[in-house]
Amino acid sequence: MLQSWVIIPVSLAYLGTLFAIAYYGDHRADRGRSIIANPYIYALSLGVYATAWTFYGSVGRAAADGVGFLPIYIGPTLMMALWWLVMRKIIRISKANRITSLADFVSSRYGKSAALAGLVTVIAVIGVVPYIALQLKAVSHSFAILVRYPEVAMSAQRDSGPILADTAFWMALVLATFTILFGTRHLDVSERHEGLVAAIAFESLVKLVAFLAVGAFITWGIYDGFADIFARAAAHAQLAALFAPLNGAAGSFANWASLTVLSMFAIMFLPRQFQIAVVENVNENHLGKAIWLFPLYMLAMNVFVIPVAFGGVMHFSGAAVDPDTFVLTLPMGQRQEALALLVFLGGLSAATGMVIVETIALSTMVCNDLVMPVLLRMPSMGLAERRNLTGLLLGIRRGAIVGVVLLGYFYFRLAGEAYALVAIGLISFAAVAQFAPAVIGGIYWKGATRAGALAGLAAGFIVWLYTLLLPSFAKSGWLPIGFLENGPFGIGLLKPYALFGLEGLNDITHAMLWSALANVGAYVLVSVFTRQSAGEEAQAARFVDVFRHGGDGPEVHVWKGTASLPELKALLARFLGPERASVAVADYARRRGLASPELLPADAGLVRFVETALAGAIGGASARIMVASAVNEDVLSIEEVRTMLDEASQVIAYSHELEHKSRELMTATAELRAANERLQELDRLKDDFVSTVTHELRTPLTSIRAFSEILHDNPGLDAEERQKFLTIIIQESERLTRLINQVLDLAKLESGRAEWQIAEVDVMAVVEDSINATGQLFRDKNVGLETRTSQVAPLVRADRDRLVQVLINLLSNAVKFVKPDEGRVVVDVAVTAGMLRVRVTDNGPGVGIRDQHVIFEKFRQAGDTMTEKPQGTGLGLPISRQIIEHFGGRLWVESVPGDGATFVFELPVAQPAAVQKPMAGLARGEDMHAAAPQE
Amino acid sequence: MRSTMKGPRLVAVFLLGVLLFNYPLLALFNREVSVHGIPLLYAYVFLAWALLIALLALVIERSR
Repeated sequence: MLQSWVIIPVSLAYLGTLFAIAYYGDHRADRGRSIIANPYIYALSLGVYATAWTFYGSVGRAAADGVGFLPIYIGPTLMMALWWLVMRKIIRISKANRITSLADFVSSRYGKSAALAGLVTVIAVIGVVPYIALQLKAVSHSFAILVRYPEVAMSAQRDSGPILADTAFWMALVLATFTILFGTRHLDVSERHEGLVAAIAFESLVKLVAFLAVGAFITWGIYDGFADIFARAAAHAQLAALFAPLNGAAGSFANWASLTVLSMFAIMFLPRQFQIAVVENVNENHLGKAIWLFPLYMLAMNVFVIPVAFGGVMHFSGAAVDPDTFVLTLPMGQRQEALALLVFLGGLSAATGMVIVETIALSTMVCNDLVMPVLLRMPSMGLAERRNLTGLLLGIRRGAIVGVVLLGYFYFRLAGEAYALVAIGLISFAAVAQFAPAVIGGIYWKGATRAGALAGLAAGFIVWLYTLLLPSFAKSGWLPIGFLENGPFGIGLLKPYALFGLEGLNDITHAMLWSALANVGAYVLVSVFTRQSAGEEAQAARFVDVFRHGGDGPEVHVWKGTASLPELKALLARFLGPERASVAVADYARRRGLASPELLPADAGLVRFVETALAGAIGGASARIMVASAVNEDVLSIEEVRTMLDEASQVIAYSHELEHKSRELMTATAELRAANERLQELDRLKDDFVSTVTHELRTPLTSIRAFSEILHDNPGLDAEERQKFLTIIIQESERLTRLINQVLDLAKLESGRAEWQIAEVDVMAVVEDSINATGQLFRDKNVGLETRTSQVAPLVRADRDRLVQVLINLLSNAVKFVKPDEGRVVVDVAVTAGMLRVRVTDNGPGVGIRDQHVIFEKFRQAGDTMTEKPQGTGLGLPISRQIIEHFGGRLWVESVPGDGATFVFELPVAQPAAVQKPMAGLARGEDMHAAAPQE
Repeated sequence: MRSTMKGPRLVAVFLLGVLLFNYPLLALFNREVSVHGIPLLYAYVFLAWALLIALLALVIERSR
């Protein structure tokens, strides 16, 4: 049932589906509800990389050299990792400058050079048109095989029948029509084709499904899984050799690497890839997902290639079946009609997707960069007088599309089975790789000049012609084969496949090496030794610094001259049509914050806007010519351009600096405010302290004075009374002295002027001294005192006298708050985790939760100081805490009100801990200490 | 999308890929040995490829 009357309607139905999808996509785009504005469609549409060459040819290559074809897909995977840096920059630049093709990109970077744009276009057309021919051939070839069903046979020499009976011809015409319909609907300032991209994404899906289906069928339907195929292949003499095909020879690895590099460039610089990745990109953030989705697509596309190749070689062992057709012939041989038809559609989708996008890209270049510049320069054409050129432009664009497709078709008719067509895939890759230095250098190296780019491109292209294209012509019999074998005119050193005697590499690697050398060498050397013109320098800065200037920063307009608004509007209208032109101008006025487009000043900004808008329609180089003809431009000297650029970058730098300074200022202000608050707090504390101290001093002073006056005024007081008053006076004087001593002590501690005599101190001796010093207090009140210790007496680094002072303070506090006769105080010394811990526990009234912090503040005592008689100076605990903290420890209180209090301090045990004494120290008597008893 | 680390991370993945798919490492696997019935070199190339894609996805989706 696979007669042509089935295949052709099915194919036409498929193309009809494409039309419908493209129509729907455009329809949605017109209503502002894009269906392609998501990263998945973007990633799928990048799948236009996989052409019929992939669909049919990968299997053929795999049958010949195993994994050798994989770099063509691994290279792009590697490159995708760099896309976030490189491609995002290219997209940003292209959007900012309305760049619509690769030729436009290169020419815009190097001062909108028309010569450069033309050269890029010529290289692209010569390099890629044969590739289009290959797609047409694949379709007509697979059709020829399919119609012979159920017979599996290669169509012998292609019947070069009349053109009108050739499927490929009709195919070419249908594709041209499709491309014209959806690629040139109108002259868009951004040159985006939403419907077309939707159709391409759909085609990517179809070819993937078709290939996976046939792969799965062959792997599990004909054979018994991967392992089965490889097991049988291992027994096959020819295939077993392919299991480790990179056998050691340096050449194989070099070929692998060069193929990787080649395809890394192809994924960026094939015109169709540039068109899809850059021109049709809706949002640069879609790049993110595509970076891993697209490699995943390629991986899926390749999983079954080797099994299919090996399966086919074994299946058709002996029969003359071209490995390139295995995906089609294997299901045909198994009588799988539907599957064979699906495969044919998959191949068709791969071929049509490539032809459509490649044609659009090439026709844009041919129109904008070859035809328009010539027409615009020819006064006899009278273009200058025409008011509306949109029709002419569209006509040229459509003519270019038909021209490119037919060029591909006639090359296919001419070349047929010739080597020049069969090998064109990689030869095309090598051609577009020539763009790499000019583009990548152009976006990172400001110093690259127009002359350098021209020289590099020309040199690389000539080497490519000589080492790849001409030899392929020779192999096809169009040039004498002696040219290949003996070199031109018999000069052996000039043999195209072994230039200057370089042998041992395959033709592609060999050509890559020499063309890269020529291209990069000329590009760098000439750039270094030539000077940029004023316009070039401005463009270079605009490209290289796109992330710095683009978007938020002020835009740099390097232009000087006089223009008039009506003239500029008229110019725009001639190429975009009056409606689109006035919409664009109104938009621009709104962006500049002007109410009406009439108010627009005819300044550098407007000129730049018009030029960019024109560039979207007719390319950068042509736009330059047109704008120059419409306005009076002054020629800028290189110094003027530098000044303009410098001023702009100074303004930017200055505003950055300003932002930076103001940020710094804000931080400084915040710091100052905090410091000020702290100071005010300290000031308040000091005032409190002074008033408390004077208050505390006045109390004993008042009672001393009162009793002295009594004694003075009443000389007749009896001796007992007198004695009692004198005792009070002495006690109050002592209290006053103590208070003053403590205030001085605290002042010394706080100011850091206290003298410390740090040594290793035996804590047990300190405890013992303190107990001795306070012994009388305990005996007076009949309070029990108990000492508990662990087994070892640790040493700590501290000032011995100060430590005694702390302990005496804690002990005297304890004894002060317990009831006479019932009171009990326990001193507990222990070591835990390298810390010495001393606890002084009493069974007094305890400290309320709220007071547990307060008692460590100066002059603060637990309880109501207004109604109760103060029991101390309120300085003992603050002083003790200062001392302990000075030794690196801490002092705190643990207490449940009504159930006693425990004052605890911790000190780090001195290192080395080896010197540890037994508890003997406790028994030794030591001198009493001079430290004033604490309250 | 705002992460400044995304670029450097992707460059690191790229460099890893260049290592994985070039001479010294590739030569290690260029042997006539099979793993689970699949020739070693084929298994290696596809696994390394999948690993690379997984890393790319990780960097893209995680570093936000």
